[in-house]
Amino acid sequence: MSIRTQDLVWKIGKKTILDRVSFEARPGRMLGLLGPNGSGKTSLLRLLAGLKRPHSGEITLDGKDIGSIGRRKIAQRVAFVEQHATTNANLRVVDVVKLGRSPHRSMFSGWTLADDRAVEQALECAGMIDKRNAPWQSLSGGEKQRAHIARALAQSPKELILDEPTNHLDIQHQISLMRLVADLPITSIIALHDLNHAAMFCDELIVMQRGRIVASGTPDEVMTETVLRDVFAVDARVETSPHHARPHIHYLP
Amino acid sequence: MTASHRPLPQAVVFGALLLASLAAIGFVVGVSVGIGDLPIPLATTFAAVTNRLGWTSVELNRIHETVIWDYRLSRALVAAFCGAGLALSGAIMQSLLRNPLAEPYVLGISAGASTGAVAIVILGVGSAAVSLSAGAFAGAFAAFFFVALLSNGTRGGADRTVLAGVAASQLFNAATSYVVTTSGNAQQARDVMFWLLGSFGGVRWPEFMLVSVIVGLGLVACLAYTRVLDAFAFGDEAAASLGVDVGRARIVLFALTAMMTATIVSMVGSIGFVGLVVPHAARFVVGPLHSRLLPACAVVGAIFMVLADIASRALVPQQILPVGVVTALVGVPFFSVILYRFQRAS
Repeated sequence: MSIRTQDLVWKIGKKTILDRVSFEARPGRMLGLLGPNGSGKTSLLRLLAGLKRPHSGEITLDGKDIGSIGRRKIAQRVAFVEQHATTNANLRVVDVVKLGRSPHRSMFSGWTLADDRAVEQALECAGMIDKRNAPWQSLSGGEKQRAHIARALAQSPKELILDEPTNHLDIQHQISLMRLVADLPITSIIALHDLNHAAMFCDELIVMQRGRIVASGTPDEVMTETVLRDVFAVDARVETSPHHARPHIHYLP
Repeated sequence: MTASHRPLPQAVVFGALLLASLAAIGFVVGVSVGIGDLPIPLATTFAAVTNRLGWTSVELNRIHETVIWDYRLSRALVAAFCGAGLALSGAIMQSLLRNPLAEPYVLGISAGASTGAVAIVILGVGSAAVSLSAGAFAGAFAAFFFVALLSNGTRGGADRTVLAGVAASQLFNAATSYVVTTSGNAQQARDVMFWLLGSFGGVRWPEFMLVSVIVGLGLVACLAYTRVLDAFAFGDEAAASLGVDVGRARIVLFALTAMMTATIVSMVGSIGFVGLVVPHAARFVVGPLHSRLLPACAVVGAIFMVLADIASRALVPQQILPVGVVTALVGVPFFSVILYRFQRAS
């Protein structure tokens, strides 16, 4: 069952940001969250990570209301990679990744072998082993993003939530990051702007517009010319790619 | 780096560093005790302490003993604890507010203390019952609560907390200036100015008892929060997503630093610079992880403050400078060197 939401409503002041959002992320699958700027993607992800409480409706983790689970318990299974996470501290990469272990450690408990193993695996998985001792301020944008993902993986999450992780990355790093997430055995929910990448890597897609879900299903079901016109306001043709058999969008000038 | 095959057990390294730090602090305290109109050799001070502990029974000059025990040792130890407390508070403020310009007084504590002090000295509010220190302490906490209310009322993040602190500082400084200019005579105004710039002149053993307990407890409590502070590196939301109860951590840590800072300010005035610069200097050397940074700040702050107190007595013959003046005069060149060298190294 993994993450499930039911009639989620969230407001800032009087403005409704999320309006009766209901969906389900299935275990082990990669769920893409699409929509124009301001459609509520980031807000939804924050609610899913338990950082904000909904005004009404419910979020459940394996059937349990997230509001009844403590902060630390949530962090032990849900990892969140923010869109703009910057720091002026000059931590080493490995120190940042070690932060991911903090929800699993109590205030005075020491560093264990299991912690070490989780950190090594996370560095390995994100391809950051060589950079483990590099200072944060020396990293490129792509390396910072991969270090954040390694930190999230070190949390040993069952659910990984990513907010536009491919922003500001060059195409090689965009693709390698998408492949990295797609290959993970855990549930992932990922907000994206590149529709072709979403269609290529995600198992399922949700399209949001003005705080509501307007389309959901497999990439084949969701990526239609109607959705592109009505939601994203672009003229485009969609065909099945002869190379990867997923929908491919040709934007028209 | 050297023993890469078999790294020393962490406890051994930690113990060695702790001993070295205590020895360094003990040394500068000893030097500080020796300096003044009546110079006292380091060996005499050492013997006086070991005598009192019952380990030795060396025959000592009575005047030396009186000067050591009644004046200089308490003063040097208070300076050490004040330096440790201010540097620690500064480091925590910088991390929590994610602002390299943050320091212990950023939330209005010194401004509040000054208002409390002038209220006692110049206006004579309840002056029969309470001392200048008590007034300053009350003022410091009034300012802190003002900031807490203002930043919580606006559901404040780090930036709003800083702004609330700036507002509180302006308000309380204005109140202080108003009282000084409208009702103070020249001598009272000078007294208040001198007190504000900081002085260890009047401190004795009761002050030592108070500041050692407060700063000691503060240090232990903060050390329990080192990992939480690390988690704030990428901001409040990132800390929350790592399982930190951000609201509670902020309240506990702000309250701890406010307690330490208010105690120190009300005792020795608002000594600047230490809380701002020692954390940066320490960070250059031991890195940003708080399990190392906080102890390093406490040690470096203690040593720096004792040295500043020595300089304040030795720099100009026959005159004692406000220690707040010395911390900046001595500290800025020292810090410039660190800034310059580490800029090149990294």
